[in-house]
Amino acid sequence: MANVEITGLHKWYGGGVHAVRGIDLTIPDKQFTVLVGPSGCGKSTLLRMIAGLEQVDDGTIEIGGKIVNDMRPRDRDVAMVFQDYALYPHMTVRNNIGFGLKARKFSPQEIEQRVTNAAEMLAITLLLDRLPRQLSGGQRQRVAIGRAIVRNPKLFLFDEPLSNLDAQLRDEMRVEIKRLHQEIATTIIYVTHDQIEAMTLADWIVLMRDGVIEQQGTPLDLFERPATRFVAGFLGSPRMNFIETRIEQANGTLSLIFDQDRTLPIDASRHAVAQKWIGRNVTLGVRPEHISRSGDNTARSGAGAPLKVLIDLVQPTGTRTYAQFRLNETEVTVELPSHTVEHPGTTIELMVDMSRAILIDPETQNVITE
Amino acid sequence: MERDMQARRKRAGPPPIFRIIFLALFILFVLIPLYWVFVTSIKPSDDYLAVPPVWFPEQPTLVHYTAALFAYHGLTGLINSIVISVSATILSCLVGTLMAYSLARFNTGGPHLSFWVLSQRFLPPIAIILPLFLNYRLVGLQDTHLGLILAYTVFTLPVSVWMMFAYFRQMPRSLEEAALVDGCTRWTAFWRVAVPLAAPGIVAAAVFTFIACWTEFFFAIVLTSRDAFTLPTVFRAFLSFQGAQYGEASALAIVSLVPSIVLGVLVQKHLVRGLTLGALRG
Repeated sequence: MANVEITGLHKWYGGGVHAVRGIDLTIPDKQFTVLVGPSGCGKSTLLRMIAGLEQVDDGTIEIGGKIVNDMRPRDRDVAMVFQDYALYPHMTVRNNIGFGLKARKFSPQEIEQRVTNAAEMLAITLLLDRLPRQLSGGQRQRVAIGRAIVRNPKLFLFDEPLSNLDAQLRDEMRVEIKRLHQEIATTIIYVTHDQIEAMTLADWIVLMRDGVIEQQGTPLDLFERPATRFVAGFLGSPRMNFIETRIEQANGTLSLIFDQDRTLPIDASRHAVAQKWIGRNVTLGVRPEHISRSGDNTARSGAGAPLKVLIDLVQPTGTRTYAQFRLNETEVTVELPSHTVEHPGTTIELMVDMSRAILIDPETQNVITE
Repeated sequence: MERDMQARRKRAGPPPIFRIIFLALFILFVLIPLYWVFVTSIKPSDDYLAVPPVWFPEQPTLVHYTAALFAYHGLTGLINSIVISVSATILSCLVGTLMAYSLARFNTGGPHLSFWVLSQRFLPPIAIILPLFLNYRLVGLQDTHLGLILAYTVFTLPVSVWMMFAYFRQMPRSLEEAALVDGCTRWTAFWRVAVPLAAPGIVAAAVFTFIACWTEFFFAIVLTSRDAFTLPTVFRAFLSFQGAQYGEASALAIVSLVPSIVLGVLVQKHLVRGLTLGALRG
C-alpha cells in the first residue's frame, strides 16, 4: 500500500548509453500503472531501478514517502514478476513461493498458511510439490505471481510477464492479472511493449520513448487525445494511418487536398485551428475504424464528400475486414464490416470521420491543437 | 505370447555383430593392463617375468601389499595424499567458486582478469618450481602438508575457476535478482540460489582438482622429503639398484586406484551433468 514518487531520474550505462533521461512520475496508491513503449525506451530500466536492481545515477525514487535510492531491494518491500519467471529450478513450487518468507524469517506455520492461501487464490494447490521444470508456461507464470503475492508487499512490479506465453494463454493471464488487482487492490507497476496489454490492464498508461515520458494518462485519454504522432501510432491495432496532405481554402470551406482532386472537408468545429495552416503541409492521422463505406449506417452524417479509392489488399479476420488502398503514396488501412469488400481491385467510396481524425505538424510531429 | 516374441525378434533384426566385437576389443584393451597390474600385485616374485606368462598365480600372496604399505611407507604416503588432496580440493573449490562468481556476475577485473587466471596454467610447472622451492625453504613450508596443499590449490585454481565461470555465466541473472527482491542479501542469494544451481559444475571441478592432486608427482617430489611425501612419490623407491620391485609397485598402484574409483562412482551422476555445460535450464 504505497504511492511512488519519482523525480528527475537518470540512468547511464557503460559506453555512454543514457537509458533514462530525467523521468518525473507520480504513481498514486492502489493504481495499476503500465509503462509501455518500444524496446529500448527505458521502461524496464525504470522498473528495475524502482526494484533496486539498478543503481540510480541521478534523481530520487520514493516509495510510500521514503526515499529508497540507496536501499537494498529486500528492504524496499516490493515484489517482482520477471519475464522468464525466474523460478528457482532446484526448489519445489511450495518452496519457491515460500522462499521470500523464509528469507524474512517467518515461522514455518505462517509460511505454510500463506503459501496455501496464495496457491488457492491462483488455483495451483495441486502443483505445490512439483519442480518448476515439470510445469507448463502458464503454470510457471502463476507460481511467479504466487511468489509475489504471498509476501503481501507494498508494491508489485511486473516486467513483461506475459511475453513468453502463447497468444491464447496471454489473453487468459491478462484477465487474471486484472482480476488479481481488483482482489488485492495494491499498487502495481507493469512493464510491457504490447499496447493491447497496456490498454486493457492500465488505470494509467505511461508511454515512454528514448528514455523520457512521451505522454501519460488514462488509456482512453491517450487513445483519443494523443499529443504526438508517436503516441497516436503506438496505441491502437491496426495502427493509425498517417497521410501527408495540405490544407486549402475553397468557397469558404477548408479542405485537405489529396491527389487528383480528391479532397476531404475539415469539420466546422476545427476551422479556427485549421485557419492558421492554410496552404501548409500537415499530416492527417485517422484510425482504420474511423473510415467507413459511404452509405453505411455507421457513417456519420455530414462527414463530407466520399473518397473514391481502389482497394488493393483485403484481409478478412472474421469479425471485421481490413482493406488497404493507396492515397498520396501512402498505404492506408480501413476497417470495414465483413463482406463489405470481397476482392482486391474493387473501387469503393469511403467516408472519413473527420471529427475523430487528428492533424499533425509534420515538423514537430506534435498533434495540432489550439 | 510366442507370436509376441517372434515379432520382437523380427523387429530387432540381426544382432549388431560388429558393434559387439568392437566393444569386446575395447573392453579388453582397457581391462587387460589393469588385470595385469592386479595379478602382478598378488604373484610371488618368481612369476613376474616367467615365460610363458602366469595368468593367475597358483599361490596368491599379499606380501607385496604389506611391503609396499609398511616397509616402503606406502601407508604414510596414502594418508598424506588423502589429507593433501582433499584439503586442496576443498580450498580450490571454495576459492574457485567465489572467484568464478565474481568474474561472471560482476565482471571483476574487466575482460582480462578471467583470462589472466587461465593464463597461469600456460607456464610449465618446471619454470616455477625452483623459485617456489627456495621460497618454501625460506618460510618453512618445505616438506609440510600445508605447503603442498597451498601449492596444489594455486595450481588447480585456474581450471576450477574456469569450469565454474562457464557455469555461472550461463545462469540467468534474473534468478538471483528474484532472490534479492524476495528478501535475500547478495550473500544469501549466492548461497541459496547460485551455488545450488552450480552444484554440478562445482562437483565436476572438484573431481578434476582431486584427480590432479592425487596423481601429481613433480611438485611433490621437489617440495617434500620425509614428512609430507605423497603416494606417487613412493613409487620412485621401487626402481633401485637392486632392480624393479614389480610386485610392490603393482600393489601400490591398486591401492592408489581405490579412492579415485570410489570418488568417480559417487559423483558420476553429477559429473556427467557438470561436463555438459549449458545443460541447465530455468
